[in-house]
Amino acid sequence: MSTIGPAAGGKEPLIIARGLRKEYGDFTAVDGIDFQVNRGDSFGFLGPNGAGKSTTMRIIAATLTRSGGDITILGKDPEVRGPEIRAHLGVVPQQDNLDNSLTVEDNLYVYGRYFGLSKKFIHGKIEELLAFAQLEEKRGVKVEALSGGMKRRLTIARALVSEPEILMLDEPTTGLDPQARHILWDRLFRLKEQGVTLLITTHYMDEAEQLCDRLMVMDKGRIMAEDSPANLIKTYSTKEVLEVRFGSDRNAQFADQLRSMCDRIEVLPDRVLMYSDDCETLLHNVVSKGMQPTTSLVRRSSLEDVFLRLTGRSLVE
Amino acid sequence: MKTSDAVLIAESLKGRFAEGTYSRRARAVLEHRRIAFKQGHWIVVASGFVEPILYLFSFGYGVGKLVGKIQVTPGHWVTYAQFIAPALLATSAMNGAIYDSTWNVYFRLKYDGTYKAMLATSLGPLDVALGEIGWALFRGLIYATGFTAIVMPLGIIKGWYGLLAIPAAVIIAFAFASIGMLYTTYAKSFAQMDWVNVVMLPLFLFSGSLYPLSIYPDWLRYVIEALPLYHGIQIVRCLSLGIIQWSLLLHVAYFVVMIVVGLTFTTKRMRALFMR
Amino acid sequence: MAISDLTRRGSLQIIDVAKILRNGSLYVAEARIRNLLQWKWSIVGEAVANPMFYLLSIGIGIGKIVNSHQSVGVDGVKYLTFLAPALLAATCIQGAVGEATHPVLEGFKWQKGFFAMNATPITGKQIANGVLLAAMTRVTFGCVVYFSALYLFGAVHGLHSLWLIPLTLFAANSFAVLMMGICAAIKNDDLFLNMVQRFLIMPLFLFSGTFYSLSSMPKFLQIIGWASPLWHATEVGRWISYGHHISHGALLFHFSYMAIMTIVGFKVAHHHFVKRLAK
Ligand SMILES: Nc1ncnc2c1ncn2[C@@H]1O[C@H](COP(=O)(O)OP(=O)(O)OP(=O)(O)O)[C@@H](O)[C@H]1O
Ligand SMILES: [Mg+2]
Repeated sequence: MSTIGPAAGGKEPLIIARGLRKEYGDFTAVDGIDFQVNRGDSFGFLGPNGAGKSTTMRIIAATLTRSGGDITILGKDPEVRGPEIRAHLGVVPQQDNLDNSLTVEDNLYVYGRYFGLSKKFIHGKIEELLAFAQLEEKRGVKVEALSGGMKRRLTIARALVSEPEILMLDEPTTGLDPQARHILWDRLFRLKEQGVTLLITTHYMDEAEQLCDRLMVMDKGRIMAEDSPANLIKTYSTKEVLEVRFGSDRNAQFADQLRSMCDRIEVLPDRVLMYSDDCETLLHNVVSKGMQPTTSLVRRSSLEDVFLRLTGRSLVE
Repeated sequence: MKTSDAVLIAESLKGRFAEGTYSRRARAVLEHRRIAFKQGHWIVVASGFVEPILYLFSFGYGVGKLVGKIQVTPGHWVTYAQFIAPALLATSAMNGAIYDSTWNVYFRLKYDGTYKAMLATSLGPLDVALGEIGWALFRGLIYATGFTAIVMPLGIIKGWYGLLAIPAAVIIAFAFASIGMLYTTYAKSFAQMDWVNVVMLPLFLFSGSLYPLSIYPDWLRYVIEALPLYHGIQIVRCLSLGIIQWSLLLHVAYFVVMIVVGLTFTTKRMRALFMR
Repeated sequence: MAISDLTRRGSLQIIDVAKILRNGSLYVAEARIRNLLQWKWSIVGEAVANPMFYLLSIGIGIGKIVNSHQSVGVDGVKYLTFLAPALLAATCIQGAVGEATHPVLEGFKWQKGFFAMNATPITGKQIANGVLLAAMTRVTFGCVVYFSALYLFGAVHGLHSLWLIPLTLFAANSFAVLMMGICAAIKNDDLFLNMVQRFLIMPLFLFSGTFYSLSSMPKFLQIIGWASPLWHATEVGRWISYGHHISHGALLFHFSYMAIMTIVGFKVAHHHFVKRLAK
């Protein structure tokens, strides 16, 4: 079995977007974005609700027509050669659209048929996918009788029936229990090792950090930043973060005083985040100025801090 | 801590009739129906009486030409339109009530989770049942009034007794809605819901709506006379043709039984479904 | 068995795009039919019960009164014979419209299944064609059963009456595809379907000369019949079945009307399926 390492050899561009736009009526959901995804990449879209992630994903999936700009997928224009592009994609939409009135097994079967795959091939594949989604015991059950997380797993398995070159997952682990999430991460990682290109949107920073070697942060239809997770943290945050709480009413009251003491602060409803490369000293200074926080915590910067900085929005809002 | 209003209201109902089953707020359910009612949908409801009117024109006029007059009681001949109009009114009352209490309720029961939410508040199952059925009655009333308003000026329904056809239609709707809802709370799948349609068509076609039962052999007539729509058609037909007799009370009694049975068991069933 | 234990060949090797472009509609129809087969007994039951109810109630019940009142019959034949081609066409047209529009609601709105299909190489056109194909498969079954019932009741005679089947399917298809297209174009489509049922299907059923000849209606009501595929199918059907008088010109007109409806229907359906999927 030949294994193509991530981004092996000369990078072959699979998706190239230039000035990509999408308007719904007079509302602009995607506002002229440029990006490129290479074969073997695992590429993550981050951004608050309504940023335009799903919209971008659907344009790439050749199921939504763009309003402007250019995009090629596998070297083809989705408007002209949609079916050919879609033949090589596996798509997990944000909202499951399984056929509720069919069984688990039949859902996989009919979906495989849409790719023109032979019955024999699909039946072999079904076993593999049921194992993958851990739904062997539910194979004969109608989808409407599955739990939310099981449906999600089935949708993901369904996207794999055609052994896609590019796998697109729109918030794949929303609704999954922690164990199912970790199993999925493991499987996705193996697919990546086999050379499958991954496109993922997520609201979980740990997921983005685990799975993606490149991240694009979007807000209001624009790209705010694009880089590897480590570089993003390096560029947009300090080494460490100090979290202090003074009680809901007093956080804002101390804000001005705190701001002058470090690189940057963020005042959240329940706490204040202070950015500095040396937070132990910073905490010491805060206390010595007579501000006694009820709790304090020093931690390393994470993607959440990047997200907060770039979009001005907290995840726990 | 201050006791919330909701708790106070619930407390005040303690020890009253049907405590835990009925909190006298079926109105809240009706209100939900009204609010959830999509803007454009009034036209569906308002035009509900169009179907029987079309039937009346098509059959009354066209088929009427082919069949001539019909004898309803010895010596009492009426036009074909006069003969079928009451049957169409009764049938549309049944159809409207059944549709509301079956398919619509089924969706709310299985998919929308509406009842689950309602019964998680202090509303009881009888509130929900009455509210839903009340809605069906409201539609029945609109249908019957619309139909009568169009048909009366044409002289197809005669006399002031004819106006009694409207409350009669409401009773018919009440009875069918109660039973329809009962069935729905037992239905497990779409296939079972489909049976509702399967039953409605022959009920309409065979219950003496389009021709007198006298053309049937005796045994078949007895079967038909045991079915509910026959009684509905009889009430409306007698009232609108001015045939006032004691047997009308018998027909009404039939519907009262349907209503009581339907409501009782629907309530029980809702309780079993949601409040275990 | 985990996914990585198998040799992954990848979609570039295993998928034949040209084949999908050719056969996509069949795959869609296959999926629809698989879905319908779950209700096979309801479908069979309905296919058998429906003609029985109508034939017994209207054909024989009303027929008894009509025949006793009209010494020469209707259009020169027994009422049941007169009624048969119209009932067949009415049932099949209604069935086809229902089966072609209901999945459109489901696919675009309730379950979004069309969007799932469209995430594969399947195109909007193929989805429309596939859904229609499945609908017509079901209707063909119903039509054959209905025809057999007519035959058993003595409402149609002779081998030539078998032509009623393709005629009816042609008419049913023409209306179904048009309604499917319109349904895809409309946003508030559950309301729309209700309205269609009430203001289109019902009047067409009742005023297309189904239960008596159209000419006995006042002129302004006859117009409904002229617009209705049911009337066109009924006229031709009566001609096939018992030699109802009809001119060559009229025959040509009836067929052209249904053919144009079919062509326009496909155009509308394809256009709106593609458009709505890409929204
Ligand atoms: N069909 C549509 N018609 C009109 N507006 C739309 C449509 N689909 C999306 N939008 C709008 O476009 C914007 C981007 O939506 P999109 O679904 O791409 O966001 P997202 O980044 O995926 O958000 P989320 O994290 O909530 O999934 C939103 O403001 C949304 O309201
Ligand atoms: Mg999204």
